[in-house]
Amino acid sequence: MSQFLKTMLGAAAGSLMLSTAGFAADTIKIGVLHSLSGTMAISETTLKDTMLMLIDEQNKKGGVLGKQLEAVVVDPASDWPLFAEKARELLTVSDVDVMFGCWTSVSRKSVLPVIEELNGLLFYPVQYEGEESSKNVFYTGAAPNQQAIPATDYYLEELGVEKFALLGTDYVYPRTTNNILESYLKTKGIPAEDIFVNYTPFGHSDWSKIVADVVALGADGKKVGVISTINGDANIGFYKELAAAGISADDIPVVAFSVGEEELSGLDTSNLVGHLAAWNYFQSAESDANAAFIKQWKAFAGEERVTNDPMEAHFIGFNMWVNAVEAAGTTDVDAVRAAMWGQEYPNLTGGTAVMGTNHHLSKPVLIGEIQADGQFDIISATEPVPGDAWTDFLPESAVLKSDWNDLDCGMYNTATSSCVQQKSNY
Amino acid sequence: MNRILRAALMLLAVSAMPLVAQTTPTPSPIQAPIQALLQEHRETIEKSSRRSIQPAIDAIRDSGLPAAKLVLEKWGARDMWQRKSDGLFFYVEEVAGSDLTLFDFADSTQIGNLPKSDFKQIKPNSGIQGLIALSLVKFQLSDPDPARRGAALDALARIGEAAQLPALRASIDSEPDPALKSRKQRLERLMTIRFGETDAERIAAIRHFAGDLGVDVRGALNPITATTRRAAPGSVPPQDMNVARILRPGGEALSRTEAYDLLIAAGLAPARLTIADQRAALIANINAGSSGGVAVSALDDPAARDRAYAGLVVAGLAPAAATGTEIDAALAAHVFFDTFAEPARPVTDAAQETLRSIELKVGINQSLDLALDALSLASIYFLAAIGLAITFGVMGVINMAHGEFIMMGAYTGYVVQQVIPDYTLSLIVAIPCAFAVTFAAGVAMERLVIRWLYARPLETLLATFGISIALQQLAKNIFGTQARPLTSPAWLDGQMVINDVVSISYIRIAIFVLALIFLGFFLFLMKKTRLGLETRAVTQNPKMAASMGINPDRVNMLTFGLGSGIAGIAGVAIGLYAKVTSELGADYIVQSFMTVVVGGVGNIWGTLLGATMIGFLQKGIEWFNPSNTLAAQTYMIVFIIIFIQFRPRGIIALKGRAAGD
Amino acid sequence: MRQSFIFRNPSLLIFLACLAGFTLAITLLSHAYGSAFISTSFVKTLGKTLCLCLVAIAMDLVWGYCGILSLGHFAFFGLGGYMIGMWLMYARTELIIVQSLANAPIPATPQELRDAIGTQIFGVVGSADFPAIWMFAHSFWAQMALVVLVPGLLALVFGWLAFRSRVTGVYLSILTQAMTLALSLYLFQNESGLRGNNGLSGLQNLPGVTASQDFISIWFLWASALALGLGYLLAAWVVSGKFGSVVRGIRDDEARVRFLGYSVEGYKLFIFTLTAIIAAIAGALYYPQAGIINPGEVAPIASIYLAVWVAIGGRGRLYGAVIGAALVSLVSTWFTGGLVPSIRLGFYTIDWVDWWLVLLGLSFVLVTLFAPKGIGGLVDLIAGRLVPNRHGADYGPDTGSLQESEGRE
Repeated sequence: MSQFLKTMLGAAAGSLMLSTAGFAADTIKIGVLHSLSGTMAISETTLKDTMLMLIDEQNKKGGVLGKQLEAVVVDPASDWPLFAEKARELLTVSDVDVMFGCWTSVSRKSVLPVIEELNGLLFYPVQYEGEESSKNVFYTGAAPNQQAIPATDYYLEELGVEKFALLGTDYVYPRTTNNILESYLKTKGIPAEDIFVNYTPFGHSDWSKIVADVVALGADGKKVGVISTINGDANIGFYKELAAAGISADDIPVVAFSVGEEELSGLDTSNLVGHLAAWNYFQSAESDANAAFIKQWKAFAGEERVTNDPMEAHFIGFNMWVNAVEAAGTTDVDAVRAAMWGQEYPNLTGGTAVMGTNHHLSKPVLIGEIQADGQFDIISATEPVPGDAWTDFLPESAVLKSDWNDLDCGMYNTATSSCVQQKSNY
Repeated sequence: MNRILRAALMLLAVSAMPLVAQTTPTPSPIQAPIQALLQEHRETIEKSSRRSIQPAIDAIRDSGLPAAKLVLEKWGARDMWQRKSDGLFFYVEEVAGSDLTLFDFADSTQIGNLPKSDFKQIKPNSGIQGLIALSLVKFQLSDPDPARRGAALDALARIGEAAQLPALRASIDSEPDPALKSRKQRLERLMTIRFGETDAERIAAIRHFAGDLGVDVRGALNPITATTRRAAPGSVPPQDMNVARILRPGGEALSRTEAYDLLIAAGLAPARLTIADQRAALIANINAGSSGGVAVSALDDPAARDRAYAGLVVAGLAPAAATGTEIDAALAAHVFFDTFAEPARPVTDAAQETLRSIELKVGINQSLDLALDALSLASIYFLAAIGLAITFGVMGVINMAHGEFIMMGAYTGYVVQQVIPDYTLSLIVAIPCAFAVTFAAGVAMERLVIRWLYARPLETLLATFGISIALQQLAKNIFGTQARPLTSPAWLDGQMVINDVVSISYIRIAIFVLALIFLGFFLFLMKKTRLGLETRAVTQNPKMAASMGINPDRVNMLTFGLGSGIAGIAGVAIGLYAKVTSELGADYIVQSFMTVVVGGVGNIWGTLLGATMIGFLQKGIEWFNPSNTLAAQTYMIVFIIIFIQFRPRGIIALKGRAAGD
Repeated sequence: MRQSFIFRNPSLLIFLACLAGFTLAITLLSHAYGSAFISTSFVKTLGKTLCLCLVAIAMDLVWGYCGILSLGHFAFFGLGGYMIGMWLMYARTELIIVQSLANAPIPATPQELRDAIGTQIFGVVGSADFPAIWMFAHSFWAQMALVVLVPGLLALVFGWLAFRSRVTGVYLSILTQAMTLALSLYLFQNESGLRGNNGLSGLQNLPGVTASQDFISIWFLWASALALGLGYLLAAWVVSGKFGSVVRGIRDDEARVRFLGYSVEGYKLFIFTLTAIIAAIAGALYYPQAGIINPGEVAPIASIYLAVWVAIGGRGRLYGAVIGAALVSLVSTWFTGGLVPSIRLGFYTIDWVDWWLVLLGLSFVLVTLFAPKGIGGLVDLIAGRLVPNRHGADYGPDTGSLQESEGRE
């Protein structure tokens, strides 16, 4: 026993030494800040694997600036304060040149003050609620106008939905997205009483009452549509209940913003055919680049694995970063940031993604129908939509804009023509 | 630009067609009138938007061509493909690998197998599919295939229009299938409510549905009784409106603020002065460090701003804001009322009357549905807690890894399903397997860890917590972090529909039955078997039991294994209805402990009561606040905490010596 | 009295000396005041660890000495963090707003100022109005008082209810766990007014302080060390003397103490509330270093971990709690940092990020089984205290009851 304890003590001492030792700079270090344990591991481990694959691939091509890339993987364990701690550790101890990471908004908000203080660089790959533009973050996922608004338009225009059920997990992304959608729907003439909002806890599994409530919404003769921002594995119970209740997509369609190929791999989708999801990427997209990417991923991670939207976001973000570094000739954050503006890289779905000076990508919006094999059938694709950091549909943020190139400000009030703050609002 | 180019290309293609036709033996599809019609609407079909597609659908439907029905059917089923090179449309029977088996619309001849990459699938979205289905109604209402007739009725029920009503009526008498016939009759009445020509006809249809629970009935009646709030000058509403009621500003239904807002919205009164407007006006009139006669630096006070604004008004630089008396006058000069969208008074009266007859019934049935939901939730909690009722309730062992046993059961179900693809068979195999796996795990844990800690119950908590986090991480390492599919057999799919309001899914019924079986099993085991007797003896006094010839070690081991095994079976059931992840068990552990504690430790009826109470309580709170499920859980736990203060030993408390300490 | 108090607790002096030495050493190795050998992130980790040690002392007091296994003390820890977080967020945002509104053509009214701050803080969660519970957020002193008052009152009310109805043992553990679960679910709701799942963030930026985090981290390390020292002193003083004897008596046989005429409920309530306040102060120091607090922090599992730290360190002795908390949290940090080399077995590679929790879980089991006194038990070995006549057995029938070392006092 005591031997074991001594080992543990020795380990602790070793930690101190290791964490303070400097590293030689013969490689370019890339921090991977994704939870590998805890509740978010379900989504984030895939992204860690994606990053390792991309880095591996780049090294085979000869690295960047003639140096090999080295991944520094840490585990923030779905613990939000730990995200800040690990980010600081990556920047100051491991001296990484760039970080790819985070999934939930709260983890990003936790990391923000650290990277802004230490002038780090983070690529954030997940669709999010917007209302933010940090100098040190590039948002490669969708802002609300690249996912939620087009999907709602699709409901209004194509499906003729008149009554909306906004179901979400109780956290900031659904809250803000639903807020934006409520205000957007009101501008489209949908009265407040025709918008039903419900929030459930993470991992919620008892959906019968909520599904019954949604069905009951149809009692006033209007076509009901569900907009789901339900997160992670709570979706499984939700869709199972939906299938059990026999709700067909023709009667009450459900469009989800957080359900991709990964989430569907956890359930049998034969009863869910026709329900929808809105993303910027689906595995079923037909292009040569996508076919190559899927092949590469299956070879790396296993035949049964699927690709999804945040993986494409990392794919684009990583390649843009590589090109920006090559263009800048250095990994210095300020130089790379300037080189990132206007960077272009082909989407896996066809077309080209462009990085705007508000640090958001312009990407096409796709709407897919769930198929029996757990994949999506893409039924609608828009032209590339530039990501909007500050939504136009909330009065407080309609006056704000972000432009790091000309204005050097991520929160610029166009009404008063002044920069509200240089740092982010966290 | 793009469009012109495309048109030019099309011209080229069309003019080139005869040349191609000479070289191929089959006649060119372009010559067929149906293809020409499709080409005429080519752009709308390619664009595929519900807003613009109607002319194309109508043109095909009304073309009178024999192929029109085929085109609509294939198009709606997404079997229509377009050749990229010339834009011609075909339909596809089969997609084999990268090849398509193509057919011509005009005469349904097979064109051949051609590579997929040369063609583009036309994918109408479900909005367009609905329109296409509606256009097919004309062809399908008397189709020999009952499935097609059913589909036609579905389409009518969703987005039926007045135009289809005569066709529907005409098809009723000749309908051979009694089920479809009654559907047609019901649909006819529903459509009459909406589209009937005379009020008498509509009222008759409305009255017919008195006391009907269907959502479709309420869906037809509610739009009739829907009201709009309006304001009009004078003291009486305009004569031509069907007024539901007149409202008095300041009353309960309409506050004075709302009433004035109504006037502003209708343009009948000037807007109020908002703080932002006031600020903007002040800023716009800043002149030499002051605005409206007040120094700018002093404008950080609302009173000063009001003064300054008043100054601006006096100077004629800003519009006067509505004052209190003006608002009073405006409210007095107008009448506020709700109007029905439906102009005919007798119709709205009949609709209201019928709705009233439905309402009470709906309310009763909704409560019944809620009670079923609550019962189902209670059975899930009971199922999750029953293993704990044995290990914690009877043996007094605090097993924090109980949730992980549930998880192990669910994963066992998943693994069995990987080996045995038949869902029914795999479920039959999975249940004993799950029991065996978790029984073994439970016995192992009891032998290796827990038996050393019987004297230190609180430390059992820590040790089993350690096992719990280790097991959770092990599950992650083995199965990955993704949720794994555990699919219920087809006979558990769907739900039992009692009426349009009350329904419950079969899987929940199955869980309820399983919970009952376990309850019976537990009672039998504890009261009627030797093991049960020995367990109770060992629990009450291990030393005495040992001296009676009972081997306490063996009894403890078996009892613990049994409790764990039951948790494993519960895991299969929970996995079927929710999800299979490594965190599955952690979601249930605190609730399970509370179920046992609230019910009263050591008594299975207590656990049952505890689960029932928690289930009903949670659904009850959810009913009060349907938009926030989290709040229901919070207040449920707060209630339990308070409940335990008053009944510290649970609902059914053991009395006397058995209670121990 | 004081002289003899310290004299009777030699471990106290050793502990305080160690703590002072440790703080000094870290200061001298830091970026801010020394040789820059230790990174700022590690200084922060150490500062946070000191706070965890403090809450572990509270846990030891309530469990190791008083026998109440509370699985809810992280609720108080978190509440302390929330209380200080409200002031930090408000004050920081106020500075930003005042600065940005200074350029406006006309000065803002107090209401406009407050609205702008509200929008800035709550815009993230889709609201703009200040909930009532933020009413003191503008005042540093009021909010500091709340750090102590809110958790203290919660503990007082909860404890009064629970002890009054004689909820003991496992039932109390589960009840406290339910309390922290209810609190975390409540905070998860947006309606709670504390920004729901997002919680309060950016707490490491002290309002009006321009010094870099290198300095701030050291200041917090000092504050944490001071709090830990004082907390240790207070705890040692409470458990010494007659009061401490009664408390330990309650742990070993509650009924007997009650029959002797002591108000058991009063003693328990005092200890419960006192430890809640200590936990809250620890939390108030911890979260400005962590940078963010959210409802996940008060989830039941955090409190169970707390109990485990104390068990590993050795309960019933204050330094044991400190050792346990420091060791487990530091080793956790190390293993999740990705800096531990993987072990290649040829057929399988043990990646510590994947296997660390398994190792941790199993070590809980091993410690519980084979070292019920935890790491602190090693001190007994070294001090040779186990040799005398009772051969290491405790006085009472249960493990965790009065020990020889305590009996000799």
